Amino acid sequence: MLLHTSKTLTFFTPEFADYSGAIFFDTGISAGFPSPAEDFKEERLSLDNILVKNKLATFYARVSGQSMIDAGLDDNDLLVIDRSLEPEHNRIAVCFLDGEFTVKRLRVEKDGVWLQPENSKYQPIKITEENDFVIWGIVTNVIKKV
Amino acid sequence: MYALVDCNNFYASCERVFNPSLRQKPIAILSNNDGCVISMSDEAKALGLPFGAPIFKWEAFCKKNNIKVLSSNYPLYGDMSSRVMSILQQFSPDVEVYSIDEAFLEFKGFEAYNFDDYGTQIRKRILKWTGIPTSVGIAPTKALSKVANKIARKFPNETKGVYIIDSEEKRLKALKWILLGDVWGIGRGLQKQLAEKGCKKAFDFTQLSDDWVRKNFSITEWKLKKDLEGISKITLDEVKSKKAIATTRSFENTFSDIENIKERISTFATSCAEKLRKQESSCYMIIVILSSDRHKKDLEQHRVSKTVKLSYPTDSTLTICKYAVKAATSIFKKGIEYKRAGVIVTGLVPTYNHQLNIFEQENPKHKPLMLAIDGINEKYKDYKIKLGNQDLERTWKMRQERLSPRYTTNINDILKVK
Repeated sequence: MLLHTSKTLTFFTPEFADYSGAIFFDTGISAGFPSPAEDFKEERLSLDNILVKNKLATFYARVSGQSMIDAGLDDNDLLVIDRSLEPEHNRIAVCFLDGEFTVKRLRVEKDGVWLQPENSKYQPIKITEENDFVIWGIVTNVIKKV
Repeated sequence: MYALVDCNNFYASCERVFNPSLRQKPIAILSNNDGCVISMSDEAKALGLPFGAPIFKWEAFCKKNNIKVLSSNYPLYGDMSSRVMSILQQFSPDVEVYSIDEAFLEFKGFEAYNFDDYGTQIRKRILKWTGIPTSVGIAPTKALSKVANKIARKFPNETKGVYIIDSEEKRLKALKWILLGDVWGIGRGLQKQLAEKGCKKAFDFTQLSDDWVRKNFSITEWKLKKDLEGISKITLDEVKSKKAIATTRSFENTFSDIENIKERISTFATSCAEKLRKQESSCYMIIVILSSDRHKKDLEQHRVSKTVKLSYPTDSTLTICKYAVKAATSIFKKGIEYKRAGVIVTGLVPTYNHQLNIFEQENPKHKPLMLAIDGINEKYKDYKIKLGNQDLERTWKMRQERLSPRYTTNINDILKVK
C-alpha cells in the first residue's frame, strides 16, 4: 500500500498476512490455570442502578427547609425524582405550587388533593382551583450526608 | 411510514420545565454572547418580536411587553435533547436525530399499528418524562412527515399534536395547504425559480413533469418531488459521527495584538481537542480562521484561514494547540482589528483504529497526560488545568448575563424544593 512519496523515495506499508484460522484466547494461555473466579464474574454494585430505575426521567433536587423532617427528608438532603411514575395517594412528590417548588406527601381525599407536610409545626395545604399547581415528579429516594 | 417528532419551541420549553412560572409567559432566548434572539415561545412570537432581533435594539420592546429574556443554556438543552432522543429510540430502532430538537423515525414492519395511538403515545411519554411538548407528523415519506408535522404544530387543538397523512385525500389536502417555501428543503432560490413557473403551494410543485425537474434541477429536487408524491426516495440517514469539530467565537471587543489572538486560538484549540477525545476521534487536519469586523466597513477588512495537514492523527491538546497557534501567527496581519476567530479540526479517524505511520507518531507521553487533564477538569469543572498560553483569568468570557442554572448537569445548580 502506498504511504508517502517524496522526491527520492516512495514509502510503502506492508500488506498484512491473512489471520483467518488464528484462535484468540481471552483469558490467556501463558501458564498455570485460568482464574477460578472467571466463571463467576458479576457486575460490581452501582448506586446509579439501585437508585435510578428510569434514567431518562430522573432528575435531582435539594431539600430546603424542615417541612418533611418526620419523613426523613432533612434540610440539604438530595432527592431522586422520577417523572415517569404516576402520582398516587401517599407518595412523596415534588410539586410546583404558586410560583415555588415544594416537596410534600400527596393525599388524595374525597374532598380533593392535599399536600401533607411531615412536621407537626406545618399545616396541610388543600389544592383548589385558584392554585397554580403541577405535580412535577415522584420522589423515589433520599440521599443524605451523615 | 416515517414520523417527524419536533420539540415545540425547544429552548423556551426547557427553561419552562425548571421554571414553571414561565408557562404562558413570553420568553426569548439569546445566541452565544447574548447577541440576538435565536428562539422564542409562541407568546413572544405573537407579540411581534422578530427572529434574529439584536437584543440591544429590542431591549426596550422586551421590557415593555414583559418578555423574559434569557441567555442560551446549552448544557441544559443538550441534556434534555439527549433524553428526548433516547425516549424516541424506545419507539423505533431506526431514528435519525436531525437536529437538537427534531428527529425522524422510520417504522419498518409496523403496518398493523394504529399510528394515531402510537404518535399520541410518543408525545405523551416525552411530555411526562421530560416536560417537553412535541408535535408529531406521520406519513409514508420523510418529506410528507415534515408536512404532517407542520399541520400538527399549526393546529394543536384539532390535531392534539399528532397528524397522520395516510390517504391520498389527506396528502392532496395537505399539499394544497402548505406554501412551497415552508416545504422541507425548498430554499429561497429554488422557491423563486419555481414561483416563476407558477408554483405557490407544494401541490403545484408535484404537478410539474419529472423530466422538467430533472433537467432544470438536481437529483435532490427530483427526490423531494417524489417524496411529496408519496413515493419514498429520501432515506433515513444513519447516525454518523461528526466529520469536523469547530469552535469559533466573536470577541467582546476587537484584538489587534498577536498575544490576545494566540490566547484565544489556544483556548479554542483546547476545546476542539477535548471534543475529539470525548468522541474518541483524532484529526489529520487543523483549520484556523481569523476575521475582522464585517460590520465596520470603514476599517481594513481581513478574513483568512490556514489549513495545517498533519502526518499523523492526533487528539492531543498540546499538538493541536501548537499547530493552531503557529498557523494563526503566520496569517496574522498587523494593524487589523480582529473580531472573530476559530479553530476547526477535520479529517477525523477513530483514535483506536487508524492506520499507523511508521515514521511519525503522536508523542506517546501525551496520552496519559491528556487522560489526567480530562479527569481533573471533569472532576472540578470550570477548567482548572489549562495550557500556559491560555489566559488563567478567563474561562469562556462568553457573555451570559441572563443564564439560568445548569439544573441537570451541575450538582450545585439543581432545583431547590421547600
